[in-house]
Amino acid sequence: MSFVSRGFRGRRKSDADPARVPPGQYVTTDYPVLSAGPTPHTDLEQWSFSISGEVNKTRSWTWDEFRALPSEEVTVDIHCVTKWSKLDTAWRGVSIDTLLDGIETSAEYSTQFSDGGYTTNVPVADLTGGKAWVVYEYDGEPLEPEHGGPARMLVPHLYFWKSAKWIRGLRLQLDDEPGFWETNGYNNYGDPWKEQRYWGD
Amino acid sequence: MEGAALLGRLTWQLADVVHLVPETAGVKTLALDVPEWPGHRAGQHVDIRLTAEDGYHAERSYSIASAPNGARVELTVERLDDGEVSPYLTDELHPGDQLELRGPVGGYFVWEAAVGGPVLLVGGGSGVVPLMAMIRERAAVGSDVDMRLLLSSRTWDDVIYRDELERLAGSGLTVTHTLTRSRPEGWSGYARRVDAEMLTEVGPAAGDRPHVYVCGPTPFVEAVATALVSLGHEAAHIKTERFGPTGG
Repeated sequence: MSFVSRGFRGRRKSDADPARVPPGQYVTTDYPVLSAGPTPHTDLEQWSFSISGEVNKTRSWTWDEFRALPSEEVTVDIHCVTKWSKLDTAWRGVSIDTLLDGIETSAEYSTQFSDGGYTTNVPVADLTGGKAWVVYEYDGEPLEPEHGGPARMLVPHLYFWKSAKWIRGLRLQLDDEPGFWETNGYNNYGDPWKEQRYWGD
Repeated sequence: MEGAALLGRLTWQLADVVHLVPETAGVKTLALDVPEWPGHRAGQHVDIRLTAEDGYHAERSYSIASAPNGARVELTVERLDDGEVSPYLTDELHPGDQLELRGPVGGYFVWEAAVGGPVLLVGGGSGVVPLMAMIRERAAVGSDVDMRLLLSSRTWDDVIYRDELERLAGSGLTVTHTLTRSRPEGWSGYARRVDAEMLTEVGPAAGDRPHVYVCGPTPFVEAVATALVSLGHEAAHIKTERFGPTGG
């Protein structure tokens, strides 16, 4: 017999399609912020994005070079481990497929690294095939620093901590290496549909 | 590895609601008995899950207010008028009810005596809750580290844990209030939002390399963390916990 909270009826706050809301999540129209420290502010002159590690040759782009890469508009649902989901978020950025084009690697794992020292790990297979982007616009506007600007990762099929803010590069690795939240109690993979929030989920 | 106590699966368990204590208008502390509680560290949170008769679930996270103390776990919850979970916890729940939770969660925004000091805690409104767990932990273990709380509240009546903070202050713990909306007659304390000048006066100075914990609504945390960085505090020493208006 499963537990029922006496007197709780629930007030679903939106008429969103329940099939788009993973278990334990609620839909918000706000855009809450979650980060572990101060918001870094990086001068675009100093900014670069690199792909390093287990590659035949490290690639690096300046801001201008990065902005000149072919970009895509993507509209996706995002799910934060702190329980909010936001539907139909609109971004512009560069597909990881585009960034990896011409790079030879046998790596199966990756670490995203950011200004401020944040890291998060995602299998390479979860970044390729149109599943992940480095984005620099939200809703047609430059990405605000508190939401990860100038550029952040977007891996919408995983909990949103797997989409690093203030991203500066991707390290490709033969071995999996848990990142910041992953060593602090949070799940190594983070599939919202399986509710993989914490260690052991 | 930090947080190793969490390596096991965090299973849902039933807590008994022992009592509810009003803190301020709209803020209540829930005292829970959690028979299988594995213990926690000051600053961690729990997930609460409510289940309706039709099987519908709502989950939210709440900071733990109490220092580690056996099976007893206290949460302090601010009622959000348009919230789904907090009004149930503050208005509907009563002693004798059960509540489903799992935890503790989080291995980063934590302080314990081994971390040492000096420590600067900066709270906005109910952002004081995880900071209070740290203050209580310091008192519980008899630590004498230099710990300073700067707490921003709207009015004197909105100050959560006001009397207990007054009792605990002294012997290395300082408590400084700022009241942003209105002040009692004769108020001689701060009467504005937290800024760099206030942080300088409260200290410790950046050169003393304090461990800094900031918790509150997002605009509060953004402003405080930015001011701290401008004063020379190392970003790596500033730990933040933010909650938005949709926190539930």
